[in-house]
Amino acid sequence: MSAPHIVYNEGYLDEQTKRVIRRALLKGVAIPGFQVPFASREVPMPRGWGTGGVQVTAAVIGASDTLKVIDQGADDTTNAVSIRAFFEKVAGARSTTRTDEATIIQTRHRIPETPLAEKQILVYQVPIPEPLRFLEPRETETRRLHALEEYGLMYVKLYEDIARYGHIAKTYDYPVLVNGRYVMAPSPIPSFDNPKMHQSPALQLFGAGREKRIYVIPPFTDVESLGFEDFPFEPQRFDQPCEICGSVGVYLDEVIIDDRGNAMFVCSDTDHCERTATASVRDETTEVSA
Amino acid sequence: MKNETPLLSVTGAGHRYGDRFGCRDVSFDLWPGEVLAVVGESGSGKSTLLGMLSQRLTLDEGTIRYRTARLSDADLGGAGEDERMAEDLLDLSTLSEREVRRLWRTDWGFVHQNAADGLRMHVSAGGNVGEPLMANGWRHYGKIRAEAEEWLRRVEIPADRIDEAPATYSGGMRQRVQIARNLVFGPRLVFMDEPTSSLDVSVQARLLDLIRSLVAELGLAVVVVTHDLAVARLISHRTLVMKDGVVIESGLTDRVLDDPQAAYTQLLVSSILQG
Ligand SMILES: Nc1ncnc2c1ncn2[C@@H]1O[C@H](COP(=O)(O)OP(=O)(O)OP(=O)(O)O)[C@@H](O)[C@H]1O
Ligand SMILES: [Mg+2]
Repeated sequence: MSAPHIVYNEGYLDEQTKRVIRRALLKGVAIPGFQVPFASREVPMPRGWGTGGVQVTAAVIGASDTLKVIDQGADDTTNAVSIRAFFEKVAGARSTTRTDEATIIQTRHRIPETPLAEKQILVYQVPIPEPLRFLEPRETETRRLHALEEYGLMYVKLYEDIARYGHIAKTYDYPVLVNGRYVMAPSPIPSFDNPKMHQSPALQLFGAGREKRIYVIPPFTDVESLGFEDFPFEPQRFDQPCEICGSVGVYLDEVIIDDRGNAMFVCSDTDHCERTATASVRDETTEVSA
Repeated sequence: MKNETPLLSVTGAGHRYGDRFGCRDVSFDLWPGEVLAVVGESGSGKSTLLGMLSQRLTLDEGTIRYRTARLSDADLGGAGEDERMAEDLLDLSTLSEREVRRLWRTDWGFVHQNAADGLRMHVSAGGNVGEPLMANGWRHYGKIRAEAEEWLRRVEIPADRIDEAPATYSGGMRQRVQIARNLVFGPRLVFMDEPTSSLDVSVQARLLDLIRSLVAELGLAVVVVTHDLAVARLISHRTLVMKDGVVIESGLTDRVLDDPQAAYTQLLVSSILQG
């Protein structure tokens, strides 16, 4: 006799739960940037570890999908690896580290450097979905402000930054206006990535597990980062190239390389870095043999 | 003539807490540029009346009509005098929540007794005064800041403290920031609930002077609640005296205070004189 083994429903969640989440997703598509409440379920990882993203992925993934999971741009962190293994097991999905091969990309803190394409889905893990939270802690009131499109408060935060630091100091989770209507928190991605959300061909889904909210940016939707006329939004910039692959115009992480505090700046997107580095080695090889 | 229509017209208005009325059967007209004081002892229904007029508390009976800028500025040519009156005064109970909040943003100020209720204590004074402008769609930092600076100057806050939060200010300064925040967007009507009574007596007089000169300069209509008859005397044209939720006497302030008709008002006035 073989040992009894647990049979999971495809995608782990039961069909009823997936339908509930898909309904929330469809509502989100219909009202871009609007936070849709949903009944967040238990998944086999602690809240704060991307349970919202996992539930959204579980509701859209199938056996024909190819999943990529990134954590701060890297495919190989413990959390990214275990989420990928989880869906290989429970959904029979293939997994990849290549952005261009993935049909679903679940992410924490980054949007890949490789431009996304139609029919790709980007699933964001969201800790705090409410962009007005820091100045207005009352949920009833923030809901009303969204409903009545009263966003003066959001600008107070930007005003305070400029008054204090001379510029808008917020560099991640930088608020955006979606489709000219709802102000939305893009999750803690760097403001460097904000422009990638605008008119993206991919479907962008946001899941906040602890706060039980889902929201969506449909493909080809306007996403405008907030700013003042005289202090417009400025994404972060990196002037030097990646010290491994030589890419410019990418988001760089500072990596300490010895115990004397020496550091190097390298791509945070490990897939992009590896592929660029491999391609340039191949180019050099071709040149030599030519 | 536009000024033949009152700014606010209140008829038989009342607000109920459960099955008791907090104020009831209140009727008066408020004219543009007029300052109306509401006086009475603690618990007489002054704050309830103010909350009801400003649409923060429900109107459970009667009507409140307000002359909106939108309608009175519109070309009403052709309409007869009576029609024009009717069209000018908008029954506030017909407004949606969105429209009421628009009035709060563009037409009405509300100065609370405690500054903490009317300010964001941990946002800079400049941010507090700039917020109503941003709420009204201002999106140019330099202009917002210049306007906030100008208003802080008018309420005598030193320019170099614009970036400090009211939490670090004295009580009198907080109240002045609250006043700036409520005047910066150019309201026509300002509600004030005991604006000076949380302050030391010496500070009170200075703040009252400031309020009086700003109100006169801007031609504001004001409903000010106070239990202090000296405040009513100093800044108001007319006075309502409240007791147990109803208005027991009203008239020109000097007349009410110098020649009170109701026995209760006589008592109030004489207690001041003896005090
Ligand atoms: N939220 C409430 N629920 C029930 N009763 C209330 C409420 N607020 C006020 N009241 C009652 O309504 C009456 C009028 O109160 P109100 O606060 O309007 O008086 P006031 O004249 O402003 O007094 P004060 O000078 O002390 O501020 C009082 O009897 C009070 O107890
Ligand atoms: Mg009161």
